[in-house]
Amino acid sequence: MLSLFIKEVNAFFSNLSAYLITAVFLVSLGLIVWVFPGTSVLDYGYADLEPLFSYTPFVFIFLLPAITMRMVAEEKKSGTWELLKTSPLKNYQIVLAKYLAALVLLFFSLIPTLVYYFSIVQLGDTIGNIDSARFFGAYIGLFLVGALFAAVGLFSSSITSNQIVSFVLAVFLSFLLYGGVGALATLSSGDQALWLQGLGADFHYEQMGRGVIVSENIYYFIGMILTFLVCSWVMINIDE
Amino acid sequence: MSIEINHLSKSFGEQKVLNDISFQASPGQVLGFLGPNGAGKSTTMKIITGYLQADAGEALVNGISVKKHPIAVSKLIGYLPEHNPLYDEMYISEFLSFIGGLYQMKKKHRLERVEMVMDQCGLTDERRKRIGNLSKGYRQRVGLAKSLVHDPEIIILDEPTTGLDPNQLVEIRQLIKAISQDKTLVLSTHIMQEVEILCDKVVIIKKGKVVAQDALQNLKAKAGKSIVLLETEESLETEWIDGLSYSSVEIKQPGQMAFTCKDPKKLRAEIIELVQSRGLNLVSIRQEEKNLESVFQSLTQN
Repeated sequence: MLSLFIKEVNAFFSNLSAYLITAVFLVSLGLIVWVFPGTSVLDYGYADLEPLFSYTPFVFIFLLPAITMRMVAEEKKSGTWELLKTSPLKNYQIVLAKYLAALVLLFFSLIPTLVYYFSIVQLGDTIGNIDSARFFGAYIGLFLVGALFAAVGLFSSSITSNQIVSFVLAVFLSFLLYGGVGALATLSSGDQALWLQGLGADFHYEQMGRGVIVSENIYYFIGMILTFLVCSWVMINIDE
Repeated sequence: MSIEINHLSKSFGEQKVLNDISFQASPGQVLGFLGPNGAGKSTTMKIITGYLQADAGEALVNGISVKKHPIAVSKLIGYLPEHNPLYDEMYISEFLSFIGGLYQMKKKHRLERVEMVMDQCGLTDERRKRIGNLSKGYRQRVGLAKSLVHDPEIIILDEPTTGLDPNQLVEIRQLIKAISQDKTLVLSTHIMQEVEILCDKVVIIKKGKVVAQDALQNLKAKAGKSIVLLETEESLETEWIDGLSYSSVEIKQPGQMAFTCKDPKKLRAEIIELVQSRGLNLVSIRQEEKNLESVFQSLTQN
């Protein structure tokens, strides 16, 4: 399993398009946080990274499907899937190795944005005037949203041998989870609305962004991630 | 290590690809698995390796059911699929080491084996190349090396020589011959020369059914007969040919007979004598060799 995990990470970094994806991700975030007049932290007046945390999930909706779309679909298309399936790896190990690789890649594309935190620390009136608890709560939330999208992306990749289909489906499902069901909730009222709202990732993410990590939010993300991983595993099994 | 296939059946949708197939490969044997395109060779191999599930019947590898213990079986088998899937972006040694990792080999042992199989398959000089940059022959070698890395007892090669140039063909065959010394090997192909060079036993399938299953020598003995074709202007009577040294005869037209015999030279002399004594007008007398290829053709053609 370790072998497959390392191969997945290597495959990503030995591929030019991977660097392109990460670069586009970081450039667009940089522009949103520091340059665009409407969203720039410099015009905002407060020493926090609100724009980073409110826009990144939407960038993730495209970034993570781009990372995960090839993970299973390409193997099926090129026939290397047969190579994996006839090796002593169990199906759940294949899913896990690929998912963990996606998490590592997510982690690496998120790391550079830590620079923003230190920039704000330095830019604050009286240096270091920043709500760190809130910042790191939101950061963990951001990682979990990314992790959820990675699971969604892996699932989308495991049901097709076409990367484009996988990408489009993953974007759609991620968008549905982040924003989609929340918007549906506004159409209904009462318990139903609450229930629908609670199904959306944005609801839990925003709660974490307040700097309070409540276990139910964590459970939500872990539960959803496991659901999508199990679905991927089921799809791989059915495939036989 | 043996392979035992018992009454396998498999359908893809409406189409029945395998229909009650049974055969065995004994330890140390090289089994040639023949059949025209679409006969079900690859499907059978995919079932043995656990990639596909049979609808009915079972495949046993060394007595272990593939269906019940796919992981245990996969460790015993080295498999080269038909289209030889490889990761183009990887380097040869990196790829082989990755495969070793999949088979849970310890790092030190793995690196030793990688060196060994690269040497065995003549890849050492190319080790710094990416797989995507290799020629077809070298890709095939990498595929073979891949199936050898974890030192399996059983090797399954699905059309390992398709699409190679004549020189590569000879090299790959030599390589397979060398590998097969101490392993059980199943090899699918539709090149008869290859079978004659490499195989001990032959299974021929057609449209998902086994049509012949025999040791190569027996099949060759069956095939090793000559056919003498006699054509005259007059009709030939069957009583005229009594006492000639043939094993069977087929009357194609009134003036045409095809004799199957072991000693064509003697038969030819007898026929000429017959033609002279009866005063027949001879049109032609020809001799054809029946080889493995014609056995294959006669068994697999409609």
